[in-house]
Amino acid sequence: MPTRIDASGERIAFTFDGQRVEARSGDTVAAALIAAGIDATRRSALSGMARGPYCMMGICFDCLVAIDGVPNRQACMVEAREGLVVTTQDGAMEALS
Amino acid sequence: MTRYDLVVIGAGPAGMAAAIEADKAGLSVLVLDEAPAPGGQIYRAVEATDAARRTILGADYAHGAELAKAFRASGATYRAGASVWNVSPEKVVDYSTGDGSRQVEAGAIIIATGAVERSTPMKGWLLPGVTTAGAMQILLKAHGVVEPDTVFVGSGPLLWLIASQMIAAGAKPKAIVETVPRGRLLAAAKHLPKALKAQNYLAKGFQMMKAVRKAGVPVHRYGEDIVIEGTNHVEAVTFTADGERQRIETRHVALHQGVVPNQQITRLLNCEHRYDTVQRAFAPVLSEDGETTLKGVYVAGDGGGISGARAAALTGRLAAMAAATAAGRSVDGAMVASVRAALGKDRAIRPLLDTLYAPSPEALAPADDVVVCRCEEVTAGDIRAAAKLGAPGPNQVKSYLRAGMGPCQGRVCGLVVAEIMAVTRGESLDAIGYYRIRPPLKPLPLAELAALDEPIAAE
Repeated sequence: MPTRIDASGERIAFTFDGQRVEARSGDTVAAALIAAGIDATRRSALSGMARGPYCMMGICFDCLVAIDGVPNRQACMVEAREGLVVTTQDGAMEALS
Repeated sequence: MTRYDLVVIGAGPAGMAAAIEADKAGLSVLVLDEAPAPGGQIYRAVEATDAARRTILGADYAHGAELAKAFRASGATYRAGASVWNVSPEKVVDYSTGDGSRQVEAGAIIIATGAVERSTPMKGWLLPGVTTAGAMQILLKAHGVVEPDTVFVGSGPLLWLIASQMIAAGAKPKAIVETVPRGRLLAAAKHLPKALKAQNYLAKGFQMMKAVRKAGVPVHRYGEDIVIEGTNHVEAVTFTADGERQRIETRHVALHQGVVPNQQITRLLNCEHRYDTVQRAFAPVLSEDGETTLKGVYVAGDGGGISGARAAALTGRLAAMAAATAAGRSVDGAMVASVRAALGKDRAIRPLLDTLYAPSPEALAPADDVVVCRCEEVTAGDIRAAAKLGAPGPNQVKSYLRAGMGPCQGRVCGLVVAEIMAVTRGESLDAIGYYRIRPPLKPLPLAELAALDEPIAAE
């Protein structure tokens, strides 16, 4: 299980698939999810297999999630904010809706 | 449309140094960067990290804070959170800041978008819990998050650096499976005399390896036939080392096979590229001061060939001075000469590193059943079959199989697709070529595109 090495940052929270996720100000959504032990954030549009953050720098697009109803957001590039509603991006259906 | 004498894309060491130098020479400068703060990946979050985290990350990282301070103090206009999605040969740059897109016109452009990690396709690399080694470092630098018991797989100076930083942070890796093949050390040794000119790097390298050994992290050398196991998540890594099949259980695997130039913008601009047979990657063809084959468009930093952060800052300064000269500003010739000399000295370490840490054979030629294109789940075997059917290059494979057509736009698979095709077709990488890159470089809401004509577009 990942750990935080210090106590820096203001405590904030958002939800991922309805579950409360504790984050720190300055976290990206992907970093906060990983810190909370969540590393599967989407299902592949082709095989349906679980995928999660891979590069953490905006290159691979494997951390795509829906944020506040907007699909195809890069979780590693979006700053976590209090009250965000983040959901798993499920295959291509969501991307097309 | 607003015009700047110089638009710098990227605020890592190359971009920051270029902006400082160009501002000094009297150019109006705009710096566009996707991140919320300057630093790039190498100095990521460097302004925000406290003393404790800087101690963990080391003096070379802390050095970035001075550069960021000088950058902030310069007269350059800096837009954070600006994602460049198009650059035209006429030097018009489109970028999105989330609330809309804007256009600026540039007298000259310095592309300082750095490097990306070389893709390392292998069985099981798609599983959640598998990341690049760089991802581990980003989590540590920017967020103070560490994953204990990580198994590192691959090779390269960055792998040792990150492993030693994680030890300093109290998150000892479970093991390192190093993929440097037998015989490489001997081949690299002939570059040692030159590397001694940059012995600070050699000393740092030995320190990192010593720290890993002292911490008692098992290092498995000559690792090959690597398979990551798991159903919905990583469960274990298996590999052959010392003539023995071994298995390590873990919830986290970090992969690394070095870094390669990020080609997206230079390819978009159709600049000429060449395959570097030593660094095993494509890089734009550049003049001594970093000018591409497109006049007034420069590349600084690792995007022009991998040399590291210190060299990146030096190439940033050279490109800025060249752009200033071209714009009719007076530039001190002695300064140019001294920066060039410093660059030559700094790069003296590269032949040794490039030879020793060239990608492993299986990273360049994954087995047929390994997925190479993560987005569209296209296997190495699919690509080989298409190449045998007559596909002459990556763009035809893209049409046949959708490889490189997913959301990452080929950023992850491009190089390995070209490598596979070159071997299958028995041609050079230069003959095989690379994906044609088109705008938008990042996905963009249609509404934002439609609103381009509205007043916000004119900044």
